[in-house]
Amino acid sequence: MIELKGISKKFGDTQAVNQVSFKVDEKETLVLLGTSGCGKTTTLKMINRLIEPDAGEVFINGKDINNQDPDILRTGIGYVMQNIGLFPHYTIAENIAVVPKLLKWDKEKIKARTQELIKKLHLPENSLSMFPHELSGGQQQRVGLARALVTDPSVLLMDEPLGALDNVTRTSIQKEFKGLEELKRKTIVMVTHDVQEAFELADRICLMDKGKIIQIGTPKELLYQPINDFARKFLAGQRLALEFKVVKMQDIWPYLPKVTLQDGKSLSADLNVWDAMELLRSSDRSELLVSGANKESKAINFEQLTKGFNQFQNEQVHE
Amino acid sequence: MNEHQQTLWQFMHEQADKLFNQTLQHVGLTFISLLFAIAIGLPLGILIARKRKLSGTILGIAGVLQTVPSIALLGFMIPVLGIGAKPAIVALLIYALLPIIRNTYTGIIGIDQHVKEAARAMGMSKSQILLKVELPLAMPVILAGIRTATVINVGVATLASFIAAGGLGEFIFGGISLNNTNMILAGAIPAALLAIILDALLSLVQKMNFKKLRKALYILPVVILILGGFYALPSAYGSTLTAGFTPEFMGRQDGDLGLKSTYGLKIHTIVISDAVMYKAAFSKELDVISGYSTDGRLKAFDLKILKDDKSIFPPYYAAPIVRNEALKQFPKLEETLNLLARKITDSVMTDLNYRTDYLHQTPERVAKDFLISIGLYKAPKNGHNGVVRIGSKIFGEQYILAEMYSMLIKGNTDYEVSTKTGLGGTKICFDALMNDQIDFYPEYTGTGLLVLLQPDPKIAKEMAHDKDKTYDYVSTEFEKKFKIKWLKPIGFNNSYALMMRQKQSKDLNVNTITDLKNYLDKN
Repeated sequence: MIELKGISKKFGDTQAVNQVSFKVDEKETLVLLGTSGCGKTTTLKMINRLIEPDAGEVFINGKDINNQDPDILRTGIGYVMQNIGLFPHYTIAENIAVVPKLLKWDKEKIKARTQELIKKLHLPENSLSMFPHELSGGQQQRVGLARALVTDPSVLLMDEPLGALDNVTRTSIQKEFKGLEELKRKTIVMVTHDVQEAFELADRICLMDKGKIIQIGTPKELLYQPINDFARKFLAGQRLALEFKVVKMQDIWPYLPKVTLQDGKSLSADLNVWDAMELLRSSDRSELLVSGANKESKAINFEQLTKGFNQFQNEQVHE
Repeated sequence: MNEHQQTLWQFMHEQADKLFNQTLQHVGLTFISLLFAIAIGLPLGILIARKRKLSGTILGIAGVLQTVPSIALLGFMIPVLGIGAKPAIVALLIYALLPIIRNTYTGIIGIDQHVKEAARAMGMSKSQILLKVELPLAMPVILAGIRTATVINVGVATLASFIAAGGLGEFIFGGISLNNTNMILAGAIPAALLAIILDALLSLVQKMNFKKLRKALYILPVVILILGGFYALPSAYGSTLTAGFTPEFMGRQDGDLGLKSTYGLKIHTIVISDAVMYKAAFSKELDVISGYSTDGRLKAFDLKILKDDKSIFPPYYAAPIVRNEALKQFPKLEETLNLLARKITDSVMTDLNYRTDYLHQTPERVAKDFLISIGLYKAPKNGHNGVVRIGSKIFGEQYILAEMYSMLIKGNTDYEVSTKTGLGGTKICFDALMNDQIDFYPEYTGTGLLVLLQPDPKIAKEMAHDKDKTYDYVSTEFEKKFKIKWLKPIGFNNSYALMMRQKQSKDLNVNTITDLKNYLDKN
């Protein structure tokens, strides 16, 4: 669990971060979202004391980080950064082993853990003896993640972790990260300027501007209950795509036709509209079988899906 | 050409022992100073990479030190560190410092900020970041600096022979003084090869990938240490007394070679520049030196000339030598220069030298005072009837003579004068004369005979002990061979001489070179 209380930081005359407070629950992913220069990265770096705040306190698992040795503090926190920051003079195996070596793990333990991680992260076995420049950008980013995860820290900080990747690689790695068991048990604070990415990975989003928090809430809350014009405009450009991602089958359940078909393999109502559309497009099926609450199942085709979504949207606007 | 290469090869073959020793000394000097330069430069480079505010000051100081001419730097060292290895190593280390500091600094600040941040974020301490991230990543740049420093050191180390620190400079500068091309090449070629080979080896290290580099970095200090250790090898033979001879003296028949063959003198000898030799004798770092009989420092440092009882040192009567062309161009020149003939005796010259060398009066003032005292001084006429170019070698006596001639010409003729003083050794001066760069300079009969004419040893021997025969011989031969005229001798005889401190000479009861030999054989 992470808690920030009234954190502020000035660089020269610029108030980079101004009285920021928030709490991240255990195993929750909080995304700091905003344009560049809004103070999100500075905020993140004050959590592992890469930057020391001018005012305010940070608690990790109830302990004030100011009372801890910064080097020891950092070995206990995973850190993934935008430019990956792998050591160019270390092999991949050595890069992954940096923190375990600082913690004086024995060789066998490091080796076993490294093997485990490269399997989970789909890195080729032979890459371990290679140097970073011999890997693709996507592979390098996986190594960066492996390095942060190797000691299984309970807290993970990510600074634009996919910022250096092209769109295609980024989307596929986003999906992969989301499905990764290791990440699900961690308390994560992640920085991004990419709204899509925030919506894809966040449990809650903290929208920032000019060093201040504008709004903290679930993606759905941000989308449907924006606190002011800034929040509304920030999401406006990609609103439709975001809504498809935020709205789940269970949200539009009431607006779907009450046709119950035969039993069979059904999908969870946790499925969002975007993914449902993709399934309908990519498969040769014209209908999807979804099971909702009360063991009720519904078969839905594309038309019914869009219709139900539109009705849901109208309800939201009228509220 | 073929014959020439043959003789160079022969020379190197004959002098193989010396060459090998000098090469080892050269490598040793280069690497010992390199080791110290790294030990000082690397931490300084790291310091200014941490505290950037200091970088301007420290790089500035190292830069200024780098621009001090090497001979001057060696000169500054002598009062503090004496002669021999210490000042040479310190001077070399100063030259090696700048590239090492600068490259360490640029190497470290040039590292990707994100990599440094990643290291911090993973919980590395400052020293871990330095040792595991910054230094390894900066290493190719640091190695480039070390490579530059090594090549600089190989070059500058040739000058170490000026202050008795050995190295290939002994051959190079000895050869220049002796007009012996083979000797110059025997020193210069190995020195150049050393520079090229070391440069190539270090470039290999520099281009290694990180994995190999890591191993190489363990080996490198060991290699540097071993190579530096060459310098600590004991020198040829030890004796109770130490002699310091100039490179020129070392290679001359009427010098060290003659001492060995005629007297059978065996003395522990180091090679040293005459600029520092007298002082070193005075401060008891040397016991016997090869000086000049009219040198002012003889008086200043209370030294005694050992009698040349088997007369191996030929007469060195000074006289201006002039190109015939110049005599035609300036009809009044010969008459004017001869005004000085027979005016300066040995003791007068020693005294004049004493005034410049020890009392630090300017050669100009000493020359003027002397001309006034013998009534030859006339105010300059400021004429514009052509420019006479006067040359001089690079020691005090020659400066004084050049000044006197300049004043005489200005006072007695309508010619203008330009002086090109400090023209290195005999060879440089003589080449300048032959190539119409100067019109005349003061030369010595012995030098003309043995260095410039290099006649059959038989003739030389026959000639060498009679001052008039020598003068006649060089006069006719120079006229025939070079179209150069010897004017009338000035009077003094500045011959080679072995010297000791007065007190030591008395204590040991050594008055002649034979005494010295007998003393050494007994002890």
